[in-house]
Amino acid sequence: MKNFVIPEAEHMYSGHLACSGCGASLGMRLALKALGEQTMVVLPACCWSIIAGPFPTSTLKLPLFHTAFETAAATASGLRAALDMKGKREVTVVAWAGDGGTFDIGLQALSGAAERNENFIYICYDNEAYMNTGIQRSSATPQGAWTTTTPQGQLESRPKKDIDQIMAAHGIPYIATASVAYPDDLIRKIEKAKNMQGLRFIHLLAPCPPGWKISSQETIQIARLAVKTKVFPLYEIEDGERYTLGLEPEALPVRDYFERQGRFRYLQPADYERIQREVDQRFEKLKAKSQGH
Amino acid sequence: MKTVLMGNHAVSHAARLARVEVVSAYPITPQTQIVEELSELCASGELAAKFIKVESEHSAMAACIGASAAGARAFTATSSQGLALMHEVLHWASGARLPIVMAEVNRALAPGWSIWTEQTDSLAQRDTGWLQFYCESNQEVLDTTLQAFAISEQLALPSMVVLDAFFLSHTYEPVDVPTQEEVDAFLPPYEPAMKLDVADPHAFGSLVGPDAYFEFRHAIQQSFGRALDVIEQVGAQFAKRFGRRYGLIEGYRLEGAELVLVTASTITSTARYVVDQRRARGEKVGLLKVRTFRPFPFEALRQALCGVPKVAVVDRNLSFGHHGIFHAELKSALYGQPGAPRVFGFVAGLGGRDITPQTLDEIIDTAQRLERPDQEIYWVGLKTPAAHEASVRA
Repeated sequence: MKNFVIPEAEHMYSGHLACSGCGASLGMRLALKALGEQTMVVLPACCWSIIAGPFPTSTLKLPLFHTAFETAAATASGLRAALDMKGKREVTVVAWAGDGGTFDIGLQALSGAAERNENFIYICYDNEAYMNTGIQRSSATPQGAWTTTTPQGQLESRPKKDIDQIMAAHGIPYIATASVAYPDDLIRKIEKAKNMQGLRFIHLLAPCPPGWKISSQETIQIARLAVKTKVFPLYEIEDGERYTLGLEPEALPVRDYFERQGRFRYLQPADYERIQREVDQRFEKLKAKSQGH
Repeated sequence: MKTVLMGNHAVSHAARLARVEVVSAYPITPQTQIVEELSELCASGELAAKFIKVESEHSAMAACIGASAAGARAFTATSSQGLALMHEVLHWASGARLPIVMAEVNRALAPGWSIWTEQTDSLAQRDTGWLQFYCESNQEVLDTTLQAFAISEQLALPSMVVLDAFFLSHTYEPVDVPTQEEVDAFLPPYEPAMKLDVADPHAFGSLVGPDAYFEFRHAIQQSFGRALDVIEQVGAQFAKRFGRRYGLIEGYRLEGAELVLVTASTITSTARYVVDQRRARGEKVGLLKVRTFRPFPFEALRQALCGVPKVAVVDRNLSFGHHGIFHAELKSALYGQPGAPRVFGFVAGLGGRDITPQTLDEIIDTAQRLERPDQEIYWVGLKTPAAHEASVRA
């Protein structure tokens, strides 16, 4: 594989308002490098509503439109329509939303936009809970996780919603999972998405040190472990059916990923066994799909 | 050219003539024909617009917001439940200073399901920062929709053009439809002062602390103040070109009136007929139509009504635990004014029940009989419990 060069151009200013070690701020920085300056960003309520900076400042060097929590995909649809009417087809529209705004409250608008195959890129930065409001569970929260609304004694009991399969069922041209720990892979996928038409969905795992109860220098390590343990495999789906598995994960036990995070501190040995089985099964299914089975 | 149009199609053709660039809408009775006709116009190429067939009214307004933020002329239409669903993003449209125009067909809110006319749906959105115009005829619907774009774009504020379910939406009336050339001369292309632009990037709608939010709200209120003049100016420009003039309010046979009916929407047409009859009998009864509800035309109403002994407001709407909404708002405009009339509030026609000449006669009789109001509100046409039960069982 030839050397991959991360574009040097920065479309984000320093001095943003994210917590230290924030996966979502790193994710935006990398994504914008791939997207370039002919880009407009639609931003619903999420951590990034704050990270983007208070009036009259802005963290982004690009046009940015803040919108209501559940409206990222609908607002982006309207923006795209306006740009098309104005003949500005070269401008890329990006909706940048958290997991709450994507898996939960924004799912209806996202499904509508996906079904219409609207021509924009939707990037969900997934930190697996409502982090901006202070760590409440979302439907992206993994089973067994502690959050302020799944406290000890009532830990998250349901598996994480499989948003990628939901999006695949819409038959959209491109879906990719990505990680801030693999910037080359992330940038390559966003560049690929940028050169396609229709709705493109990027699911970006973005660790949250305060929410995951990890230290701020562990973001990349933890994000990498999510991939290596197959908990968050990197893959692509084209036209809802053609699966491509990315980096072959090392067969590290899931425990290596979970026990490093304070949010999973209540997991028991039996939980690890069950989670390992589930992760293995899910990965085998994914592998089979990528081999055309 | 005079054409026979239903109110819904008067809206669609106004949107076509305004050369809207993005339409985003969701079907709801009794508005659906507006967007059906716009779909046809887009499909036939008569209207060069992107039509986004969204999955909800909430998304319809959100898409209009995205489109308008990029500088496109954006339009939608809704009614009742759909408008209620939009509530959050109605605030967003005005707060973001986007001149979106929306047709809103007045329909009662459920439960129980009702598709018939009532003003509560739109009046319940009075605090969302939208201009609101209530129309009496299909001609006024078309004309007001055209004017709404001109008014909104001058003010950077959104407008709601309100028409009655069925009495206008589905009723065919002769409508003078102007030519495209005439409308182009009246309504220039939309050129926003600010928009999303990669050549001049800015962030819109960012976090704003108590140090600045207050001033943004004040600026919106200032624009609403300016709207009173802009509505009259645009009305005058429109009248010059098209010969039809509409203002904030319209007085009808107010000379020497001892009792003035206050109405909005199609109730006004019935009231004109009743007032004519009463005048023919020598009774000093007049009529005041409220066309512009937001901004509320305080001064115009005071000028028209102070010095009149009695006013009877007809509300096809209700704020539960309070008054009819036009009634309450009118009283706030008249309170403490020299020569302020005694104001009677009548609630009638909820859920589309007919407001007939007899209904208005009963209202006039009541207001004439009483020296001053002896109830907070009067329900007109309310069946007795026994009659109600009998009518439901029948």
